[in-house]
Order: sequence, then C-alpha cells, then structure tokens
Amino acid sequence: MSLPSSESCAACPVHNLANLRKLGVDMENWDYVVALAGNPNTGKSTVFNALTGLRQHTGNWPGKTVTRAEGGFHAGDDDYKLVDLPGTYSLLATSFDEEIARDFILFGQPDVTVVVVDATRLERNLNLALQVLEITDRVVICLNLMDEAKRSGFDVDCRRLARDLGVPVVPTSARYGEGLDELLQAIAEVASGSFIGKPKRVGGYSTALDLAVTELGDKIKEGFPMLPNTQWVALRLLDGDERISQAVLTGELIHLQEELAKSSAGDQGPADQADNAVVEAEDKFFPAANEMGAGILEVASELKSKVGQDFHQVLMEGIYTEAARLADRAVTGANEQRRFDLDRAIDRLVTSRTLGIPLMLALLTLVFWLTIAGANVPSAMLATLLIDNLYVWLREGAMSIGIPWWITGLLIDGMYLGTAWVVSVMLPPMAIFFPMFTLLEDFGYLPRVAFNLDRVHERVGAHGKQALTAVMGFGCNAAGIIATRIIDSPRERLIAIITNNFSLCNGRWPTQILIASIFVGALAPAYLSGLVSALAVVTVAVFGIFLSFGTSWLLSRTILRGEVSTFHLELPPYRPPRVLQTIYTSLIDRTIYVLWRAIVFALPAGAVIWLVSNVNIAGISVAEHVINWLNPFGLLFGLSGVILLAYLVAIPANEIVVPTILMLIVLVNPVAGFGEGAGIMFELDDVSSTATVLQAGGFTLLMAINLMLFSLVHNPCSTTIYTIYKETGSAKWTAVASLLPVAMGFVLCFVVAQVWRLVAGYG
Amino acid sequence: MEQEPFEALSALNPGESATVIAISAACRGAERRRLMDLGLLPGTEVCAELQGPGGDPTGYRIRGAVIALRRLQAERIQIRRHKVPIDGGAAA
Repeated sequence: MSLPSSESCAACPVHNLANLRKLGVDMENWDYVVALAGNPNTGKSTVFNALTGLRQHTGNWPGKTVTRAEGGFHAGDDDYKLVDLPGTYSLLATSFDEEIARDFILFGQPDVTVVVVDATRLERNLNLALQVLEITDRVVICLNLMDEAKRSGFDVDCRRLARDLGVPVVPTSARYGEGLDELLQAIAEVASGSFIGKPKRVGGYSTALDLAVTELGDKIKEGFPMLPNTQWVALRLLDGDERISQAVLTGELIHLQEELAKSSAGDQGPADQADNAVVEAEDKFFPAANEMGAGILEVASELKSKVGQDFHQVLMEGIYTEAARLADRAVTGANEQRRFDLDRAIDRLVTSRTLGIPLMLALLTLVFWLTIAGANVPSAMLATLLIDNLYVWLREGAMSIGIPWWITGLLIDGMYLGTAWVVSVMLPPMAIFFPMFTLLEDFGYLPRVAFNLDRVHERVGAHGKQALTAVMGFGCNAAGIIATRIIDSPRERLIAIITNNFSLCNGRWPTQILIASIFVGALAPAYLSGLVSALAVVTVAVFGIFLSFGTSWLLSRTILRGEVSTFHLELPPYRPPRVLQTIYTSLIDRTIYVLWRAIVFALPAGAVIWLVSNVNIAGISVAEHVINWLNPFGLLFGLSGVILLAYLVAIPANEIVVPTILMLIVLVNPVAGFGEGAGIMFELDDVSSTATVLQAGGFTLLMAINLMLFSLVHNPCSTTIYTIYKETGSAKWTAVASLLPVAMGFVLCFVVAQVWRLVAGYG
Repeated sequence: MEQEPFEALSALNPGESATVIAISAACRGAERRRLMDLGLLPGTEVCAELQGPGGDPTGYRIRGAVIALRRLQAERIQIRRHKVPIDGGAAA
C-alpha cells in the first residue's frame, strides 16, 4: 500500500505530522504497542527517534542498538507505545541482542510489527520480513533508505511489493523525515483493524513436517497455554535448536512470556528487562516446568526422526528464493555500479595492506590533535568565568552574609570549585571530540576498524567485534561493556568485557592531555607542542590497545580457554555524514550526558577532598596522614602518596584525578601564590600555572609518565564496575575485571620506575 | 556437474566470483543457521571484494551486502568458480 499523497489523504487526521504528538518516555497508558524490527543498520532507531522525539543513539554500524528502547507517540485519537528492537537477520537469532528482538516479536504480542527494510538491499532484507509474515498478519513494511536507493539510481515499486506481500509497504527516508506521515497512517490502520493484511506465506512444509509441527505445537500449547506462536517453537525444537530446548526444559519460556505480556499490557515496567547476563542461565530454573518440558522434548525427538534433518535448509531456501523473486519484481532500474565503485575504492584504501593501519593511527592522531589544540582557548575562557569570577563572587558573597567558614568551605571551596574545575577541563574537549567521533561513526568507518583488526583479534583468541566494543569504550567503558551484547559467544564476550577498560575513556583524557601537555609537550618547541602532546596521548591510547590484545591472549589461554567462535561482520555502505545534525545531537546527547555524570560525581568528591584536607587529627589533616603513609609505597612504583590518594578519591569518577592531585600538592607543599586555602581546588586557567604547582610538588617526568600509564591501567570507575556486574551477573568476573587491571598497573609502573632509575640514575 | 571436489569460498581472490554449492556438513547448528541467515544458500552468487591488512578476514558481496568472514568459515562453504567475473556481484 504505497501511498503517493493525494487530496483525500491530506484531509485525514493522522496524515499530518503536525498531528503527531511526540510523547518521549512520558506515557502512562497506551492503546497499541508497535514493535520496530528489521535487519541491522536499516535505520530503526532513526524511525524511532523521528516518531517519539527521543534521541536513541544512531550510527552507521550494525549492532548499535543492543537493548529494547521504548517510547511513545500520539497520533489521531490513540496513544502508541513504540518498541525499538536490536537489529536481527532472522528469527533464528544466536546473539543476546538478537534474542531480545526475536523474543519480543514472537512472544511480546505487539499490535503492529513494523519491519524496517533497507530499500537498497531488498532481497536480503525481505528474508526477515517474510519470516515475520509467517507468524503474524499485523505487519507494516517500512521501506527505508529510499534516498540512498534513488542516489544509487533505482526505484522500488511499492504498490507491487505491497500487493505481493499482502501488507502495507510505506517508502520512507527517515533520516530526512520523509514518508513518516504515511507510515503513521498505515500503523493506525493495521492497529485499529481497519486494514486487515493477507500476508504472503512461503510455507514449503512437507506433509510430514506439517503433521509434526501441528502435533508438537499442540503438545506445547498444553504445557504453556498462554504462549503465542507455539508452532514456531515446535519448528525450532524439530530443528534441534539448543537454546529453545533449554528454555522449554527450564520453563524460561513461561517467565519470558509473562514478562513480555506485562510489558505489552500496560502494566508498565522499566524499559529494558530482558535478560542479558552471560553466566546466569542456570539460576533461572522453574522446577514445575521441568517435567512438562522434558515431556515436550521427548515428543520432539520422536518426531524429529520422521521429518529428517535438512528441512530447515529447505525452508530457508524457500524464503530466500521468494525474497529474491519479490525483490526482482519490485526493483526497477537497478544500476548500482557507480555507487559500489566509490564505496569499493574507499574500502580498498582504508583496508589496504600497507595503508590500512597507518591511516587508522593518523585519523586517531588527527582527532586527538584537533581536540587538544581546539580545547585550550575555550577551557581557559570557562575557567576565567567559573573560577576567576563566579567563584570569587560566590565566596565573597557568602562571607559578607556571615555564613560560617566551614559551610562556605564545604559548599564553595569543595563542591562548587571541584565541579567548576571538571566542567572547564572536560566540556571543551568533549564538545570537540564527540562530534568528530560521531561523524566518523555516521560515515561508516567503525566497522572497517573492526575489519582491519580482526586478524589480530583472531590470533589472540578474541571476537572480531571486540574492536567495535573497544571503540565504544573510547567514549565510555560502561557503554562499551553494554555493547558487548553483539558478541554471541559468552567466552569471547567476557574477554571483551574484561579488556574494555584498556580503551582510554573520556574520563581519563583530561588527565592524559593535561599531563602530556605539561611534561611532554613542553619538551618540544612551542609550535609543535600541541602535536607532540597529541602524539603522546595517542601513544598511550595505542599502548592500551596493545594491552587489550595481550590481555585477551592471556585470558584465552588461561581462565577463558576455548574455541575461537565464528565471526561475521557486515560492512555497511558509506553514508554522507549529516554535519550540522551530528554536531547538534552529539553535543546534546553525549556531551551533556557525560558532563552531567561528571558533575554528579564531582560534587560529592569535592566535598570529600575538602573534608580530608580540613579535618585534622593530631594537628595534621587526614589527607596528609594518608599521603605520608602512602608515600614510600608510591615512590616504589614511580608514583607518590598524593597520586595514590587521588586515585582512591577518584574511584567514583576518573575525571577528577588531576584536580585532586593539584589540590593535595598545594596542601602538602604550599606554593608561592597558590597556597591560600588548604583543600581548595583553585584556578588553573593555563597550563603553566598547573606546571608550577606540579613541579613545586616534586613531580618528576617519571611520575608524569607513570601517572599517565596508571591512568590507563587501573580499576574501572564505579559506574563501569556496576555495569560489568549487571552484564555478567557474576561477582567473580566483576572482581577479575576490576582487580586485574590494578595489579597490571602496579606491575607496569614498578617496571618502568626500576628501568628508569637504572638508566637515568634518578627519579 | 564436474567430478572434481568443489573448491572452498576461501580460495577466491579479491575480484573473483563464484556460486555457492553447499555449506559443508561439518558446519552444523547455530553456525550453519547463521551462514544461511546471511544469505549463503546453494545458488547464491558471491564475489570476494576486500581482504583485511593481514590477509584475513575477507569481505564478500553476498546478495547486495558486503559481509566479512574469517577464513575458517569461508573454508566451510563449497563453491563453483565463475569463469568470467560477474560485475557488481549478486546485486539485486
């Protein structure tokens, strides 16, 4: 049902986007539940964002959405709940993210399932669409990326496709908001029942298979009366799908169906309750279901011998043949040659044997250099505003109205100043880095990075997609760890989780950038210092990548031994990045989000720093006691008591390591002109005053280098540790992931310190 | 049909194309399903497009998409090589 806008459509109340009220997540009740399904990287999240007004992160790589996201919109007279699902190639999913999608489509009983289809790869995408049509007739096909199809010089005959499939087909270019009116109308018609689909069923069941599916389906229905799509479950059991057998045996199916029914029925729970834990499976055991499940499996194994082994391939072939036939009929003027040639030329370059890896490093350096060079001026301006002016004004104001010194100290010298410091140090680099990173991501470069690094990952026993999760870790390790859901082997997923910490996250760049600028950049002539600092940071980041390879290798040969699993990675076509939109959304979403988190952690940390510096025991502050106690230990590792205490204080958030160090140094060694307030994080609006403080504090080049190394190799921040626990469901693996890097960091710093002292004779 | 045993997909050099004959019987369960999901079924045309810097993995154009597979998997897919390269792979 392709709908070229006509006069009568325009009069329809659901036609106009103006009538669409985006409800975000703010909804209590809904009339209909709509699921968004589709192959990876077809623009489901873009459609979701356009309809709900939410901002699910989008990007040009398959596997970006790994959880179920929910949002709402109001159109016509009805409220809709929209569920954005992870991309999946078929309903026979194998990885955790795909199972989330499969379970919801099959057992969540959405009122409408919108299958988002990539118009440029119609044949391949119709595979999933046909599988969904096998199980429900309440389907709308959203034929997305029509703009790309047109750019590639072909068109799709939507009317013909709609007729062939028996359900509405709506052409859209969600990136540009085109076709959404028509999509809404189609959803409304299917939801209300005013359009009843007559879906294409490929079938292809032999008589024996048909009988077996019916018999087993009835048996399953007996055991799980509430479960929809029992025939599908029967088919999976006959094919010997181990996960489904397991779910039947443990009764997990009941649990799943109850939970998803709740989510669809209006008994609203939190959005993402799907079970993703790696090692938790055995804990979910429902004894009552066991006997019944065993009975079902017994019938299944009897029937299995009757239907033979290869029926699944026959069914798949049937679906693909049909998909190819339908695509052939619908696509007109296919002439993709030009586009393919350009994509192929870029691919040859960025994956080339000689240039692939150097290009990757050059890009990384460029991004860091632009970040460092560009962030200096705005950082200084923010510091002048927040610290030189606002801080002084706040402090004087507080004193003039007679607020006791300790309240002023705690609130203004501690919490406000700590937070202001984090804002002025972090905001500018993030506002530069994130948009650049997002542009690369939008363009489609990330999967090529994974492609280039796969050989290494295979050698070290890790999954090829670990490159993707590691790259996400450069933004935030917690996000990187959630992204590991795209890795379907539990063993390799654990390796990816444990090694994600070696991706230098943005909370740690300020430390790297600042220390590199002061100690490494200063060694070079002024005009080169920005570039030299960037190279130093890149060196540390690349060292982190090597550590992650080394650790993967070690893990896969010791506690996480096992087969290297299979790997497939789709390399999506390059897409011209939308520059303005990218800058806007990455500023709003990522930058503000990360900044907010930093502030939330900096506030209490500022208070703690102020307290330990101002609460005295035996005439000396708590901080000084701890520093003196830690000092010998720190020196052994080429660090110092100050640095170690700073890391203890900064466990909640790595962002505040450097400000804490500076404050503690001033406390212990008053520096001329800086020493006015014990435990106050003072203004450091230029690098040279920071350098003065550090040098006065006895900071050596060795300490600087070890501080950078330790910042790379130490325990993950508290958010990340919590995320690891949630994703693995295991205290043991959380402990390994948290303690292993600390131990490695100490060993590394110790070795560097000893070698340094041997070679340089001091330090 | 020739008598000689079929070649494996991994034998294709970049730029060469072939038709899939079968997925090896050694490849079963989830792995086999996955390859089929990706569109590797008997009769599918594939074209080797890219090779990673280390010679592995290889990106194949399969039914309009470029999909990277490791050598280990490509070895399990039996093909018959095309004498004349087909332009544009299996697009549409």
